Amino acid sequence: MQQRQFYNLLGRSPIKLILIGFVFATFCVESVSAQVRINGAGASFPYPIYARWISEYNQHQNDYRFNYQSIGSGGGIRQFSNRTVHFGASDSPMTDDHLERVDRDIMHIPTVMGSVVIAYNLPGFEGNLRLTGEILADIFMRNITKWNHPSIQKLNPNYKLPDEYIMPVRRADGSGTTDIFSDYLNKVSQTWAKNIGRGTALRWPMQTIGARGNEGVTGMLRQIPGSIGYIELAYAKQFNFPMIQLKNAAGNFISPSPKTVSAAALGLTEAEFYGDYRLSITNSTHEQAYPISAFTYILIPTLIETEHDIAVRQFLDWSLSEGQSFAETLHYAPLPERLAKIIRERISLEDRPKGKIANE
Amino acid sequence: MSYLQYRKLKNILFLGSLYMSALIALLPLFLILQYLILKGATSLNLDFFLHDPSPVGEAGGGMRHAIVGTLYMVGIGSLISVPIGLLCGIYLAEFGRGKTAKILRFTIDMLTGIPSIIIGIFAYILIVAPLQSFSALAGGFALSIIILPIVTRSTEEILKLVPTHIREAGLALGLPRWRVIFQIIVKGNFKSLITGIMLAVSRAAGETAPLLFTAFGNMYLNFQISEPMASLPVQIYTYAISPFDQWQEQAWAAAFVLITIVLGINLVSRALVNNKMIIGQSKRVINHTRLIRKKKGN
Amino acid sequence: MNSSSHKLQLSGDKKYLLSFKSQDSLSKLLLRSVAWTVIGLLTIMIILLTRESFIAIEEFGLEFITTSYWNPVLEEFGGLAFIYGTLVTSFIAILLAAPLSILVALFIQEVCPDWIGKTLGLLVEMIAAIPSIVFGLWGLFFLAPIVREYIAPFLRQTFGFLPIFQGPSFGIGVLTASIILAIMIVPTITSLCREVFKVVPSHQREAALALGATRFEMMKIAVFSPSLSGIIGASVLGLGRALGETMAVAMVIGNSPAIVASIFAPGATLASVIANEYAESTSDMHVAALCLIGLVLFVITFIVNFIARGVIWHYTRKQGNR
Repeated sequence: MQQRQFYNLLGRSPIKLILIGFVFATFCVESVSAQVRINGAGASFPYPIYARWISEYNQHQNDYRFNYQSIGSGGGIRQFSNRTVHFGASDSPMTDDHLERVDRDIMHIPTVMGSVVIAYNLPGFEGNLRLTGEILADIFMRNITKWNHPSIQKLNPNYKLPDEYIMPVRRADGSGTTDIFSDYLNKVSQTWAKNIGRGTALRWPMQTIGARGNEGVTGMLRQIPGSIGYIELAYAKQFNFPMIQLKNAAGNFISPSPKTVSAAALGLTEAEFYGDYRLSITNSTHEQAYPISAFTYILIPTLIETEHDIAVRQFLDWSLSEGQSFAETLHYAPLPERLAKIIRERISLEDRPKGKIANE
Repeated sequence: MSYLQYRKLKNILFLGSLYMSALIALLPLFLILQYLILKGATSLNLDFFLHDPSPVGEAGGGMRHAIVGTLYMVGIGSLISVPIGLLCGIYLAEFGRGKTAKILRFTIDMLTGIPSIIIGIFAYILIVAPLQSFSALAGGFALSIIILPIVTRSTEEILKLVPTHIREAGLALGLPRWRVIFQIIVKGNFKSLITGIMLAVSRAAGETAPLLFTAFGNMYLNFQISEPMASLPVQIYTYAISPFDQWQEQAWAAAFVLITIVLGINLVSRALVNNKMIIGQSKRVINHTRLIRKKKGN
Repeated sequence: MNSSSHKLQLSGDKKYLLSFKSQDSLSKLLLRSVAWTVIGLLTIMIILLTRESFIAIEEFGLEFITTSYWNPVLEEFGGLAFIYGTLVTSFIAILLAAPLSILVALFIQEVCPDWIGKTLGLLVEMIAAIPSIVFGLWGLFFLAPIVREYIAPFLRQTFGFLPIFQGPSFGIGVLTASIILAIMIVPTITSLCREVFKVVPSHQREAALALGATRFEMMKIAVFSPSLSGIIGASVLGLGRALGETMAVAMVIGNSPAIVASIFAPGATLASVIANEYAESTSDMHVAALCLIGLVLFVITFIVNFIARGVIWHYTRKQGNR
């Protein structure tokens, strides 16, 4: 009798066995490791380069194990504020309001620069299309609906533009890309500033197509003739989209490339080089600057409280020196050397266990 | 046309539509599988299962950490919610008339309708925020909330359809009701119940949103329940939205692997229920099956 | 029943600690406490969500569900368009998926040989394991062009007199989202229906056949009708999944919060807006509004389930009268 019951337990539902085994395995197998684990989270835009940096950095040291996960800029800021991660990452700087509500001081460290490019799909058209910010705003507000609109034609006298409808494609999800794009249009177009504004998610005019993610926008751009949309440089490069040359603040028409993006940071004033870096570099005054460029940030606490904070700073120091050389192959723009040097000095300056450096 | 002919025609048309419907239902699966293989075939090799990921620009790399993580967390999720789900389903089917049952039924229906991202936020507030750390436990908990309603509902629907006379026969033998329920009704329909559980597990295995803010993700292999853990869906998500071919291919390959793993779990568990595998060769089981046969013979 | 009869004798000897009656009430109590745990879980969830969305409730009140103005920049939020989109996509999805799933389940259970049926069943269940994001990307790159080139023009030509089939189609929109949703909920409904059909006693089928019914009539009378409540239960479960599906819908629906009659036009759902904006939103009001959207989704699910239950009750009563 007893024995039969025992068979019953094993034979009738061996799933029990598996489950028991699983529980056992779960609590027995522990990967013993002396490495300190450091978690970071945030923006998805710089994920590829952060992953690369971490992998390269691991070859230099063996004490820390960095783990970065892309959960979105807002997520990065929230998680860092809640102290669930050791460093945060964001495409757009935190607002004063937000900084006030966090119970510790936070530093914004620019790591690399990215740009938003305007890609389009105009079959039968070859050449470099030029646009200004105002026209771009008008296109996305549906005030200009045809490719051969006089104002576009006037900027491109060498080409004959087709009599086709323009279909703007925009991000439907909240994104740093939209934030940078709208930040730029906010600066150059008053009607845009009045009607739409700046943000990660916007209230768009009705007849625009909303697609999710960079991959969604590229998908739509490829499928719809006459479409125009904004995406990250890496995406445009991968799919070989033609990119619009934009007129910058100095009046030059600039194609997006890592070089012209880096130039945008050279337009900073001396005070800004030593400031808190929470600034916008769209529509930069530098004459070679591509106008829709931006920093992406890593957020760290100003005060060093734990071993983790020191490790993150050492990692940042490496990223801003040796790490910068990996930027261009992944279609990011490296920080201008001078800026990187200043930042490295500042994080090592503030690399003290006690006290806080007064804001310059 | 006579009435009989009309009925026969209707029969033939209906049977035809059954065949058609099976084809239509499977068409998307094959199209998606084809899409996945087409896009991810180059990344599907042994390295994929044996290595952790490598960054863009470095060849190789796999998703060992994510495969382990997915199995691990789906395991935790099932461990929590399969027993609870079964019990709830049994309660609904067997004592399903009272007020509690009514409320429970609504609860379960609402749980199925919660967007998975909300489940993630919930698990975050409940587990991650107090512990100040992302963990596999939080991920498993989030998945368990996805598994729970499906197991409950399928259990209820299956048990409700067990004819009353079986219950009556059990009771007539003088068994207490709980033994009738557990030893006759549940045991007798165990195979069907497994289907419901498997459905729930497959759904949980494919979820991204609840893991993003709970299990978080990890670039390395991890076995610790209190540490962030990688999972296939999250890895697929981060790789599929990246602009690099290498990662996108890996994402598609991973999706293919995920589906295959689920199929594997499905098959293994069914085989286990059928008493055909694992301890299969062992004498005890053979004896045991004989015993059952004898019982049935009697 | 060897073991049980054995035990039965023992019970006469009062070897049991508890009488059968108290054993039963104890087991019932146990089950009930598990039930309340689950109910408690949902309650906590609702309380937490309410807490998270409190500032949005304070700010907008009922206007939140009566207006469709959604502007994250000005922090003005109204969710009517999302409610509409959720209901429409789920409704179309269930309209497409339920009949298909029932037919597939019938096919597997009643028509084809056992091993084919099992394989088919497995394959259908595999659909449930495909991650949402894969569905989304497949929908975007594969299904959307098909909808734009073939399905939408066909519908427009055939049923173009109806306002829901008018207007241009770019491939992404309510229709594509509904089709994706339908594909995603087919495994849920099919598996449940199969289990429901499986439990129908075979003597019912035999009786119907013996009376001279064709197979179609047999399935209708002996299989389909008795399991109607189970089928509706399965569909409700599928509906629940359709209401809450996030990522895949977000990728193909176009995410434009506007109420438009045409199913070719882009729309937005409650779940998709949460998926889209939660991860990147930084302002507190925005996050609160998204949590409030989650709360609204709760209420919608509640109401939809309520209606579905009403339908079941209606049918079971009708059957009782027969």
